[in-house]
Amino acid sequence: MCETNDNLYQESFTIEGGNFNNAGIVSTSIKSILKKLGIPNDIVRKSAIVSYEAEINVVSYAKQGVVNVTVKPGRVQIEVIDEGPGIPNIELAMQEGYSTADRRIREMGFGAGMGLCNIKNYSDDFHITSEVGKGTHLIMTIQTP
Amino acid sequence: MKVETIVQALGLEVKCCRDQLGKEVTGGYTGDLLSDVMGNSREGYIWITRQVHQNIVAVASLKEHAGIILINSSQPTDDTLEKARTEQIPIMVSDLPAFEISGKVFNLLTSKT
Repeated sequence: MCETNDNLYQESFTIEGGNFNNAGIVSTSIKSILKKLGIPNDIVRKSAIVSYEAEINVVSYAKQGVVNVTVKPGRVQIEVIDEGPGIPNIELAMQEGYSTADRRIREMGFGAGMGLCNIKNYSDDFHITSEVGKGTHLIMTIQTP
Repeated sequence: MKVETIVQALGLEVKCCRDQLGKEVTGGYTGDLLSDVMGNSREGYIWITRQVHQNIVAVASLKEHAGIILINSSQPTDDTLEKARTEQIPIMVSDLPAFEISGKVFNLLTSKT
């Protein structure tokens, strides 16, 4: 199979599950990289929101995760693959207000059941797959002019 | 309106980043759920919250907020202040509850000068 590589930029990050001290650090890096690449501000803002929510989910629920950011002509793609408990019912998890977060997470203001909704609302295209006991895989795409 | 004007008018205690009070405030948002603030606040807003832990700085920085006002005399933790200094997000404290401080900030931002 012949595949042309049209990536303008690609970088990967790792997220440590359970470490709220560093929560947001990957999204902050992604935001500053996209800004430096000259991506328009509204695209950077959307990318920051979806990557932050995905990052917080990994920190809150998973053992660890990998984030792949790819800038291609016409789009920014953010992929998050975690090693976590997985989501048994994605349809339910996508409902605003549904959350399995424990008290500790909720006390910090996380776990309001809005994260996946924010991801869906601020992505132009959003794919989620999950396997219980293995992990969750998100692909978020934001179109660029 | 600049953050400094709000600080002076409402007698807020500035906890860090005094050199950042020249930031322009374009609006405000009140909330303690981080995803709510992430999804619904905008660049240049002043964020009013009771959360004091360091994750508020990441949210404010990602959303490019003009500053954070903590309510009910809530004090930011040391690591929150450290991160805020790095990200240059001013943190202020009010002794008022969220409803009252939000109303005052709203009135300031919408008053004709």
